[in-house]
Amino acid sequence: MALKFPEIRDRIRQVFPSQIVVEDLENSDCLVVPEGLYRRVAEFLKSDEELCFDYLEFQTCTDHPPELLDFVAYFRSIEKGHRIGLKVKLNRQHPALPSLSDLWANADWNEREVFDLFGVVFHDHPDLRRLMMPEDWSGHPLRKDYLHPNVVKRPD
Amino acid sequence: MLATEEFELNMGPQHPSTHGVLRMVLKMDGERVVTCDPIVGYLHRSIEKMAENRTFTQVIPVTDRLDYCTSMTSNYVYVLAVEELADVTPPARGEYIRVIMTELNRIASHLLWYGTFCLEIGATTPFLYAFADREKVLDLFEMASGARLLYNFIRIGGVGRDIGQKFLDGMMEFLDGWEPRIPMYEALLDENPIFYNRTKGVGYLSPEKAKFYGVSGPNIRASGIPMDIRKDKPFAVYEDLKFEIPVFEEGDVFARYRARMEELRQSALILRQCFEKIPGGPATIPLNYRIKVPEGETYQHIESPRGDIGCYLVSRGGDMPWRCKFRTPSFVHIQIFRDLLPGVLIPDIMAICASFDIVLPETDR
Repeated sequence: MALKFPEIRDRIRQVFPSQIVVEDLENSDCLVVPEGLYRRVAEFLKSDEELCFDYLEFQTCTDHPPELLDFVAYFRSIEKGHRIGLKVKLNRQHPALPSLSDLWANADWNEREVFDLFGVVFHDHPDLRRLMMPEDWSGHPLRKDYLHPNVVKRPD
Repeated sequence: MLATEEFELNMGPQHPSTHGVLRMVLKMDGERVVTCDPIVGYLHRSIEKMAENRTFTQVIPVTDRLDYCTSMTSNYVYVLAVEELADVTPPARGEYIRVIMTELNRIASHLLWYGTFCLEIGATTPFLYAFADREKVLDLFEMASGARLLYNFIRIGGVGRDIGQKFLDGMMEFLDGWEPRIPMYEALLDENPIFYNRTKGVGYLSPEKAKFYGVSGPNIRASGIPMDIRKDKPFAVYEDLKFEIPVFEEGDVFARYRARMEELRQSALILRQCFEKIPGGPATIPLNYRIKVPEGETYQHIESPRGDIGCYLVSRGGDMPWRCKFRTPSFVHIQIFRDLLPGVLIPDIMAICASFDIVLPETDR
């Protein structure tokens, strides 16, 4: 009974307006949602009986300087067998999002990793510390403009 | 009554039973754990950052280092993502060789797990048997790829080099000799009352909690959820192969051990079918080593011995990935220790940690 991508999209659009939840042109599994709606759409994905997204695959970011930071989260429904990605286009200067760690427990470390490597702040996160890098590290290594003596660009 | 005081115990990062460098800060009340805070990152080599500075082909040997026990699956999931973006389909023989390598690697990884898991709970003999047999699988890999641990074998458009009849015959010889030994592995543990008492009912993981935490692989199947990418979303030629997903309801350490032992049998079954069905023809499409991948994003995942491994790949055109993220099963499994360890005794920590088959290089990337 797995739903196809258009069916999931239409189900979400029954609740959230279609001009706000748009398809992602670069990624055929993804819907782009605005920052303010991210948490509410995620809650809906989990609680809706038809969608029933009970499993979070991962959350991550992609840096697109000079302005954009794409945040992506992938969800799966074990019961139904379908999956979907949510994408949020963040402002690169002050990226912030609400945390999902109370809805899916593995969001905790995923968000800590994104905070560590990209500098996205997650509101209401129970324990937002660096995960991979040492506590006293400065900078966010997976950003494209991160400079460090050990990071050497490959010559063209 | 005597007043007791809670104290902090630092387990790791150099601890023989953590399979790498995992540090756990335990708050103890006597011999019982009160809270557990796993700390990772000691093996962080910034593989994702390195991938952004290499051509698509050059990233493959880096993915080997994700998980030294199953290099083939890490190669595979990355290559699958590149192929999805570049719209490349490998020839049928290539697909079969990939399945053969993945399943052989699953056997090697589960044998390594079996051996070290037994060591953790104090049984030395099974370790020696398991490693003697794992050695034979590594010999096969050496024959095919020239390497014993980090293979760099699965490439964009196929595999590194075709395997010959000698390899296939060697594989069948190994299976014929090894498969009858699985009951011996089990007999070493199943009928042992000490093992039984150490594992039965220890580290219970409910199906709801397993989903909530995002557990995958044999660990979630031991909690009664039949989730396996090979069946749910078949990649390569898994659709044409007949095999079963062993599922256990108990959710304890013993069930996780049983799930892996049954998987060994299923892998042998798959390998035998591949031997019958493998077609002739080319194994690889010749492609430019400096392949250019069109713009786009994709997420591909496959079933590794440890669970659901995935690769999220972003390309902005050109010959290097723009972003390459690996979703690794151990990263998720370590988080669950915070929930499972409170209340258990110190010796059970080892049994529980080992039963999840965590690998730290994969967690820290």
